[in-house]
Amino acid sequence: MFSLASKLALLIVLLLGAFPSLAADGEKLFLEKCAICHGREGQGGVGIPLALESFLAQTPDEYIHRTIRVGRPGRVMPSFYRLSESEIAAIIKHIRGWQKTPVPEWDATPVQGDAKSGKALFDTHCVSCHGKDARGGKGTGLMFSRPRDLPIAPPSLNNQGFLNSVSDQMLKTIITQGRKHTPMPPASQFGLKADDVNNLVSYIRSFQITTMTGEHMLEEEAIIMHRSPHSFDQTLENVKRAVVDNQFELISFKLGDKHASDKSAHRKKATVNFCNYKMINDALAIDPRIGMFLPCQITIVESFSGVEVMSINPKRLSQLFNNDKLDQACQQMHDTYSQIIREATQ
Amino acid sequence: MKRLRYWLLVLALFGLCLPAQAIITGELIMVRSEKPFNEAMEILQHAIKKQGYSVTGVRRVDQGLAESGYKSDKYRVVFFEKTDENNSLTDSHPELLPYLPLKIVVFAEAGETLLVTSDPATFNDLFSDPRLKDLFNRWHADVVNIMQVVQDQ
Repeated sequence: MFSLASKLALLIVLLLGAFPSLAADGEKLFLEKCAICHGREGQGGVGIPLALESFLAQTPDEYIHRTIRVGRPGRVMPSFYRLSESEIAAIIKHIRGWQKTPVPEWDATPVQGDAKSGKALFDTHCVSCHGKDARGGKGTGLMFSRPRDLPIAPPSLNNQGFLNSVSDQMLKTIITQGRKHTPMPPASQFGLKADDVNNLVSYIRSFQITTMTGEHMLEEEAIIMHRSPHSFDQTLENVKRAVVDNQFELISFKLGDKHASDKSAHRKKATVNFCNYKMINDALAIDPRIGMFLPCQITIVESFSGVEVMSINPKRLSQLFNNDKLDQACQQMHDTYSQIIREATQ
Repeated sequence: MKRLRYWLLVLALFGLCLPAQAIITGELIMVRSEKPFNEAMEILQHAIKKQGYSVTGVRRVDQGLAESGYKSDKYRVVFFEKTDENNSLTDSHPELLPYLPLKIVVFAEAGETLLVTSDPATFNDLFSDPRLKDLFNRWHADVVNIMQVVQDQ
């Protein structure tokens, strides 16, 4: 009925018709994921100016790929662990489109240097910008704003995300050449020789303590839930009391509409909102996005099989942020929610 | 039979290329508006309504912080939902209640405004009922549209 050639032609047409839907749109992804910090045209802001020619000339694709994948733990730069390989490739291609500079490729040979000598050099020449123990300049990606006394916030060189992304050879090149149009000078400006640069690289590398894969273990449950032995009304009162007993201010409580039909498995719902502004203030200092955890809320649901009390699991939400300090705060919040729910359902 | 196998192979290859195979890119959705805070808030609430949702509340976190003696720039949380949809949804899936209504965090930064929300597509990881997948993906598309409107204006 069909010749082999026509079958093949049809197959190709079908596949080509489908492939455009697979092609990731680098610009769209960049605007959605990156522009908020790096600027719509890569001009920088909180994040580094990715469109800078000297940055792209020193930065291999692998570095950008790893950075997108693992992020900068403890900073606002998240780990985009859900992006597919093709989506990351599309973002990199979009970033590369800002400059015609060739893509560098550094070999993987580790630099041999003396970290102790490197520390002395670092404390003399680098610490004023990159901070003690290479922790970065003030405002380095901690918040969505930063001091504007420098055109770019000096990066935190001891960040595990950075160290898991950068190669020794890339570090060596940046230190040797400096970075044009940023405050980062070439090593020669300080009279540093090749051995000194190697020592600095070894010192910075000495901060690496983890190997990151960019794969997250989403093993926490979405919600914390206990079954209550009490009536719906009694459980609601218990929750309100437990909230106050745990040093929170009761903001409001809302009874759900009794709209459910007789066929519905659930009848009554209520939410109890509460707050502790000191806790919010402390958490905002860790990450300005913590509003996503607000309000603190416990939900009570009555079904024909009993009364259930539940809340979000802050530990699960925390995994979106790639921030160890926030993880600790969320652990505390998890424990507090669990405590309130336990007290209300005893 | 041979011809049938051929066409099955063609269909299978075609199916592999359909968008349904694409990985959902969840996490956080963040946008920066060049508008000052109050204007961005107005645009956001208008965009939410235009997308078919109702704004069910605005939490003035900055005000609460100030009343408790803490300094803060403008910081609000905007809650929104399709009330009927949420009511019937949480009847059958009460475990979703702690995560609803949807919310967008809005805060000022040096004359501009930042908006952050968790991508509703991440609910696909949190709640495994496959019947909810289309709903979460629609919420994802709606939230992206809303955020896009605020970013573009």
